[in-house]
Amino acid sequence: MSEPILKLEGIETDIGRYHILSGVDLEMPRGQVTMLLGRNGVGKTTTLRSVIGHWRAKSGRILFDGQDITRMPTPAIARMGLGFVPEDMGIFSDLTVEENMTLAAASGPLSPKRRDRIFAAFPPLATFWRAPAGTLSGGQKQMLSIARAMAEERRLYLIDEPTKGLAPAIVSTMAAALRELKREGASILLVEQNFAVARALGDRAAVMEGGRIVWTGAMAELATDAKLQSRLLGLSVEGV
Amino acid sequence: MIRLFSGDGPRSTILALILIVIGLALAFAPFLFPGVRALETAARICIFVVLAASYDLLLGYTGIVSFAHTMFFGLGAYGVALASTHMGRGFTALGVGTLAGLAAAVALALVIGLFSLRVRAIFFAMITLAVASAVTVLASQLSAVTGGEDGLVYQIPRALGPAMRLDREIAGVTITGKILNYYVVFAISLVLFLLMLRIVNSPFGRVLQAIRENDFRAEAIGYRVVRYRVTATCLSAGFAALAGSLWAIWLRYVGPGTTLSFEIMLDILLMVVIGGMGTIWGAALGATLMVLAQSYLQNLMALAAGATEALPILSRLLDPDRWLLWLGVLFILSVYFFPTGIVGRLRARAAR
Repeated sequence: MSEPILKLEGIETDIGRYHILSGVDLEMPRGQVTMLLGRNGVGKTTTLRSVIGHWRAKSGRILFDGQDITRMPTPAIARMGLGFVPEDMGIFSDLTVEENMTLAAASGPLSPKRRDRIFAAFPPLATFWRAPAGTLSGGQKQMLSIARAMAEERRLYLIDEPTKGLAPAIVSTMAAALRELKREGASILLVEQNFAVARALGDRAAVMEGGRIVWTGAMAELATDAKLQSRLLGLSVEGV
Repeated sequence: MIRLFSGDGPRSTILALILIVIGLALAFAPFLFPGVRALETAARICIFVVLAASYDLLLGYTGIVSFAHTMFFGLGAYGVALASTHMGRGFTALGVGTLAGLAAAVALALVIGLFSLRVRAIFFAMITLAVASAVTVLASQLSAVTGGEDGLVYQIPRALGPAMRLDREIAGVTITGKILNYYVVFAISLVLFLLMLRIVNSPFGRVLQAIRENDFRAEAIGYRVVRYRVTATCLSAGFAALAGSLWAIWLRYVGPGTTLSFEIMLDILLMVVIGGMGTIWGAALGATLMVLAQSYLQNLMALAAGATEALPILSRLLDPDRWLLWLGVLFILSVYFFPTGIVGRLRARAAR
């Protein structure tokens, strides 16, 4: 097996006085979708933010494609080819959709081919291309947020709860776009509370509990084992 | 035309009309409004438009609060004053002084920025306050160099002084060096203004706006936020210094009160807020309104007080000596009714 695209070794992260991550170990195989699952407040978002360097891990090592990025500044990590889609979407609402996309392609102009692909995945972005991003609906903002991560060739995507609070129709648009990314062989680390989406997209799953990873395995295994789900995720009815 | 404005036009018919009136009035000020006072006001407007716009570059576009803007303004002004004092009158002195002031302002901004912008933005505000106060104290204490509280009076090239007269009249106005000086101020201010408009509408300006809105997100896309913030600080300081040099060329006098004082800092802040933060046009509008109010509110009130002489309390309230009270009332009302500034309000109306 080739080297993992992302490897976390004993990551511990504090936010202020709070000890959030207490030794996260994770190996993410290349070209697969790894689901990061767990109840609220177990440290999923903090794990993603520790990778991108928003929160600094106080101990442990983060290897991105074999390179140690633990102490690297955030912009340098991003420029190595890491696309991050935060939970709050973080779109620039004063700028137009087009400007948001132009900024996201930090290393050069947005290629027409990529733009067309993004338009195909998210048609509303074509419609509102020149509108201020702040005027988009919640679902459209989420589309823009993911589209921004797709503005360039990335080696790894970190995506935090892309379907949170979205209408079912938009959830399926989102899932389709992620599936398209996956089909192209992208490596994605995805935090997702919607288990149906997680099951449909995930190759592998890592489940967090109390600031560390307590179970890793094939998504299929977790998806078919209701007992395991209920133990790890507190899901009483399969598919909720 | 829109290209000259870097694609960022007024985007509101009313705003466009107001700006056209301001632009034309400034362009033909010596002929439309004869008299020394009117010309002083027009030149002041030109310079403060540049100064307020350069502050908006920082406050409105980058989201950085600085209290050192008058310091940079002062550096440009003192540069010209010191060069003209020591090198004698001449265009060389003006050029050397301007460049020296510009270099000093940019270098100081770089140091302050690198030192304090790595941490929280509020720290930057406090550092600028401290450094600006220190420079003001230095300027008034080092009287051997800066002339202290009295400031420096110096001579500028004869061609720009009031004593020079051309034997020609245009539209019934004798062309003096003062009028030529005004057009130097006007032309350079216009170029600087358009240049700033160009900067904020460039990809660089877009990154600044992105950082203002969500700095962490901008970092996560791959932009080195500190570098952009420091660059914006240096640019803003540079433009302020150039405005200061123009001010010194126009006034032929530089002192702490006319360049470094905290009142001017507050004026700039108000100009930007009233005009509309994050729109270079707003700075132009805010500066014009503010300077006009400062220059003519007293006259207007004298008229009003005269007209209401029969009414006991009202005429006392409208006494010209109370002009600062009314200026304050106008500010409170404008901030209350136009929280996004006049430009923000007019654009929102036009967008509907």
